[in-house]
Amino acid sequence: MIQITDVNKVYASGFQALNNINLSIKPAEIFALLGPNGAGKTTLISAICGIVDATSGQITVDGKDIVTDYRHTRKLIGLVPQELTTDAFETVWTTVSFSRGLFGKKPNPAFIEKTLKSLSLWDKKDNRLMELSGGMKRRVMIAKALSHEPEVLFLDEPTAGVDVELRKDMWQLVRQLRDNGVTIILTTHYIEEAEEIADRIGVIKNGQLILVEDKIALMNQLGTKQLILDLKEPLTEIPANIADFNLQLKNNGLQLIYSYDATEEHTGISVLLQHLSVAGIAFKDIKTDQSSLEDIFVSLVKETT
Amino acid sequence: MNRYAVAAIYKFEMARTKRTIFQSIISPVISTSLYFVVFGSAIGSRITEIGGVSYGAFIVPGLIMLSLLTQSISNASFGIYFPKFTGTIYELLSAPVSSFEVLLGYVGAAATKSTLLALIILATAHFFVPLEIAHPFWMLFFLVMTAITFSLFGFIIGIWADNFEKLQVIPLIIITPLVFLGGTFYSVSMLPPFWQTVTQFNPVFYLISGFRWSFYEVAEVSLMTSLGVMGGFLALCLLAVTWIFKSGYQIRQ
Repeated sequence: MIQITDVNKVYASGFQALNNINLSIKPAEIFALLGPNGAGKTTLISAICGIVDATSGQITVDGKDIVTDYRHTRKLIGLVPQELTTDAFETVWTTVSFSRGLFGKKPNPAFIEKTLKSLSLWDKKDNRLMELSGGMKRRVMIAKALSHEPEVLFLDEPTAGVDVELRKDMWQLVRQLRDNGVTIILTTHYIEEAEEIADRIGVIKNGQLILVEDKIALMNQLGTKQLILDLKEPLTEIPANIADFNLQLKNNGLQLIYSYDATEEHTGISVLLQHLSVAGIAFKDIKTDQSSLEDIFVSLVKETT
Repeated sequence: MNRYAVAAIYKFEMARTKRTIFQSIISPVISTSLYFVVFGSAIGSRITEIGGVSYGAFIVPGLIMLSLLTQSISNASFGIYFPKFTGTIYELLSAPVSSFEVLLGYVGAAATKSTLLALIILATAHFFVPLEIAHPFWMLFFLVMTAITFSLFGFIIGIWADNFEKLQVIPLIIITPLVFLGGTFYSVSMLPPFWQTVTQFNPVFYLISGFRWSFYEVAEVSLMTSLGVMGGFLALCLLAVTWIFKSGYQIRQ
């Protein structure tokens, strides 16, 4: 759906915001772009949407160049920016209708009504934007982006500053849109958001795309698992017969943690348990834990520093 | 042509006038009417006629021009500056609209608003002074073309401005003095020779002269000269706007 080839962006100040970006976004997928502040997430989105001109490289949407065929490509794209930028004095209805017209669609009050209802904004349609809460304004931004029935939706930090309930509503909406064939690219600071809804994940840092991977594969590849044993008696040190295992003692010697690679055929768990039995170490509980996407993200960003 | 986009921008801008009718229409009509009363009575009692036209009627075209110029600039500059200020310009930049369509929407709305205002002021003037319009077509032509030209100029100011003060600087510091010194309240022939020469460099002088001719067939310069100056300024504004859109100056990074 979107093809980004060798894209660079150097601002007038000399700051290189994007460094040789190559990325392909598939139709009807949810792609989460993660990265620390100033990594280049918003610049990349802005370049695809036409707000920022790329210094070099090419971007195509639906096979068409975003510069030479901007009328075609921009009609396909809806954008929800990071900032809550709204016309304070306009009503919800007029601002959403304005967006539809701006993107070249003829007026369709029934569609606007449906969009507002799906975002729980219908009863606010005659309210001026200045009268709405932050969460409601965020919904209006989404309604504006959806008003021209886009095939690609960019969500730049869509749930920043919204409450848990609204965040879950938005996740639900994003999934619905994806199921209806809309391609979704979102940037987020909330790793759990990417973990929850993304199909693929990209990590950007210092303007470079350092990783693009299927979410599940990424978590399988990079995620270490831990076996946590709650011991009956505390240990002062790790016994010699199990010293070769990747073990840690925690909680004043009452917790023995074994880190292992879940993708390996032999994880070593059964051997470890046998050794513990031989050494007479009893435990009262056993559980496993897997690295979260956040752990993976932090480790990736640290690695490239 | 993305006609829905042009219509959306145009309607959006016109709706603002409706919302701010006191500031956009009533206030300029009242202040211009005060000019008719104060200047017409105070100076009109001393200067009865200029070029065979009663003083009260003589100042009407110049005062209409004053409102037309300032409102055209103000409407267009605010129209494009406000989305920059609030950040909503992202939508305009990411929309499938050409530069021409953006101009058509913003400048079209600004010119419509100031032309309507000028016509209301013209109608109001009838209550204060006896008016006749010798060449209605030319009067409307000057009105509409001046509104378009100065709305374009206002659009450029709106792009250039990065704060509200800059929006006000050119209308207040440059345009208003140029109108006052461009023969609104007097005939340039009444000035000493030096100031008559200085006035020749004031472009607004030519607009007022041409506009006044359409009313009373009294002009300080020929109609063609007035049209030439107006056309030249329009061409300059179009060149500047073309450069702005090509370079992305103050709009696109």
